[in-house]
Amino acid sequence: MTTTLQGHALALLNRLARADWPDRFKLRKPLEGLLLRGSRAGFRLAGRRSAHGSTRPLLSGPGELFDLSLSEEQQLLRDMLAPFAVEVMRPAALEADAQGNLPPALRAQAAALGLVHYGVPESMGGLAGGPTALTTALLAETLAQGDLSLAAALLQPLSAAHCLRRWGSTEQQQRWLPALLHEDAPHYALAIEEPQVLADPARPATRARKRGGQYRLDGEKCLVLQGGQADWLIVSAQCSDGPALFRVSADADGLSRQPEPAMGLKACATTRIRLRQVKVERDARLAGRGFDHRVFLDLSALGWCALAVGTCQAALDYVIAYCNDRHAFGEPISHRQGVAFSIADMAIELEGMRLLLWRACARADRGLDFQEQAWRARLFCSEHAPRIGSAAVQLLGGHGFTQEHPVERWYRDLRAVGVLNGAMPL
Amino acid sequence: MYLETPRKFRALVSQAHQVAANYLRPLSRTYDRAEHAYPKELDMLAALLDGMNAGAPEAVGAGAAGKRSEGAADGVRNGGNLSACLAVMEMCWGDVGLLLSMPRQGLGNAAIAAVANEEQRQRFASVWAAMAITEPGCGSDSAAIRTTAVRDGDHYVLNGEKIFVTAGARADAVVVWATLDRSLGRAAIKSFVVEKGTPGMTVTRLEKKLGIKASDTASISFQDCRVPAANLLGSPEIDTQKGFAGVMETFDNTRPLVAAMAVGLARAALDRSRTLLEKAGCRFDRQRPLLVLQHAEACWHRYEAEWEAARLLTLKAAWMADNRMPNSKEASIAKAKAGRMVGEVTLGCLALVGAQGYGEDELLEKWARDAKILDIFEGTQQIQQLIIARRLLGKSSAELK
Repeated sequence: MTTTLQGHALALLNRLARADWPDRFKLRKPLEGLLLRGSRAGFRLAGRRSAHGSTRPLLSGPGELFDLSLSEEQQLLRDMLAPFAVEVMRPAALEADAQGNLPPALRAQAAALGLVHYGVPESMGGLAGGPTALTTALLAETLAQGDLSLAAALLQPLSAAHCLRRWGSTEQQQRWLPALLHEDAPHYALAIEEPQVLADPARPATRARKRGGQYRLDGEKCLVLQGGQADWLIVSAQCSDGPALFRVSADADGLSRQPEPAMGLKACATTRIRLRQVKVERDARLAGRGFDHRVFLDLSALGWCALAVGTCQAALDYVIAYCNDRHAFGEPISHRQGVAFSIADMAIELEGMRLLLWRACARADRGLDFQEQAWRARLFCSEHAPRIGSAAVQLLGGHGFTQEHPVERWYRDLRAVGVLNGAMPL
Repeated sequence: MYLETPRKFRALVSQAHQVAANYLRPLSRTYDRAEHAYPKELDMLAALLDGMNAGAPEAVGAGAAGKRSEGAADGVRNGGNLSACLAVMEMCWGDVGLLLSMPRQGLGNAAIAAVANEEQRQRFASVWAAMAITEPGCGSDSAAIRTTAVRDGDHYVLNGEKIFVTAGARADAVVVWATLDRSLGRAAIKSFVVEKGTPGMTVTRLEKKLGIKASDTASISFQDCRVPAANLLGSPEIDTQKGFAGVMETFDNTRPLVAAMAVGLARAALDRSRTLLEKAGCRFDRQRPLLVLQHAEACWHRYEAEWEAARLLTLKAAWMADNRMPNSKEASIAKAKAGRMVGEVTLGCLALVGAQGYGEDELLEKWARDAKILDIFEGTQQIQQLIIARRLLGKSSAELK
């Protein structure tokens, strides 16, 4: 008998139950409470889904009405992940930033939460029952409230799963996706970004030339998130018939890796990757029907927007608490319009970022064209996210400039939005 | 999640756009030049719209906003607030000043819809109502209102001066904010429907303005003006607990409408400047990265992103009102964003077109003038910032002044 969706959810729950980190973080009780509520509804949803024999997700409202509400499932995911972001990720972020890597313990904890399941189809043991863009955006948004850099690093397995599921052939999916759900899943990284100034990301300078039954890859990829740790890389390259994605072993001959630290995203251990005559078999090219490099880049840009929205929300929440607490001239500094208006502006633009992101995702999920909306979301977020990061530092004054507070880190991380394009497809 | 124009309003939106393009836009320059001339063409249009609205489940104008759905809401609703915002966006793509002069579509109508009781709603259903809040000595600080209303038998007697009353000389009635007892502060402020021709009510002057010249802005004086007690909107009780909230509720409905005006106006500037830039060789090709586009084109894209943010924030505030969610903060966010956006976008689009945009042969210069009022009336940018900040920070108006 094949495992049902409820079965997969149970297996996931079991893995979480066996983990010891919730005890260390004194999170077992709250997590159990959340899971109990979450799984009840989750199972109910799963039951409803299988009863209807449909893999479509439940739409939150009648399809033809303007509707901002989240589905039950999306709301539950948010409620479950928010405490993880704030209670587990946030306290680990300073050290991860200093060390320049993702703490292995945190990676294991996130794996136990089963995020990658949302990128693997139900038929292969995952929980991706249909469109994934908005749900993934909400996951990213919620985790990024803990820390942007940690969230980006923790979401790489899910990003890889989305790539393989969206653009791999059925046969490739069956070959590669189930392994992502194992406890000792191979690590993936997405090598998309290139260092050329004013280059068009839609036309990678990295080349893939056909030689007999193989491709040879030549080029250079920069700021690859988790690139040093990866067992496999998903590399974008220009072929004779347009851009394509390749699944490349990180140990392949001709492939070299070098740490490439940046302004922020320290926990992602950004890596420079050089490819010299790297041979890959023909079936390493993701061969699903209709790979569209533009769509790939648009979905990935939205992933960065989602991270930005989450971290800007964290920054807003942080300055609200700080400015209410901090006294000067005999009263909280939040009683001054110069301070208060800056906070209002952060909230105004943040809500705009969120709605642009959500609209583009909702369109993508319905199969509507979303290129324009993704373009505008990226443009808007790349302008306002760094501004919000900057305002947060400014509001804390000299304290904001130090590492006593997370805002200086978020300032650095938020500048990645609009600058980096790959690595976060929804 | 679905953030597109709902199917059931698409016909309405298209109809409003046709009106804007074929009826309002051709009159734009005429009434910009002839300030204070009555746009008589609007009477026929208003009659036409009344006819359309009578046959349609969802109405077009300001009066439709503020109708909070009755009875148990079952599922998500798209109602009068959303449809009014969508229609107003289209109409203001045509002309903001003319929309503000549309008979029976005044902001006073939105106020009536928001706070009137059922009997009043029916009685004032076909009345064109303007809104009179501001006084010579009080603008944004509406709690400092000095106009008084004193009960005398079946009437209230109003005394005071009101300024900046949009369509104040043309409308059938004016919704006037007045205080029952100045010593009781905000809680004592009530709104009264004063019908045109009521003895003691005099229009004393019409302003000459920067923009929206098609819309008349009146000063009105009230001297022992007797208003039927039944024209006090809402409850006559002075509820110091509820305080100012009663009359302020109006803003939760009217601010998204003003934001919608800004969204429509900005779209007009975006569309026109794009046409002119395309003629000048800009390709508007989203296949190429932003960094390598011409500066003018890249700016235009940035303006359009700002525009969409304002549009979605406006629809959100209206959607919340339709679904009976408290939306004061969201209404202010929409108004603040749309107000700052429309100024930046209309002035920016004018500059993208250059000297041609500054001349009166184009409407771009007019739109840039019209835009400014949208960041001022129904609460200035700074007032919205105050409201938003107080909500976020949990501060009273005494703490965050």
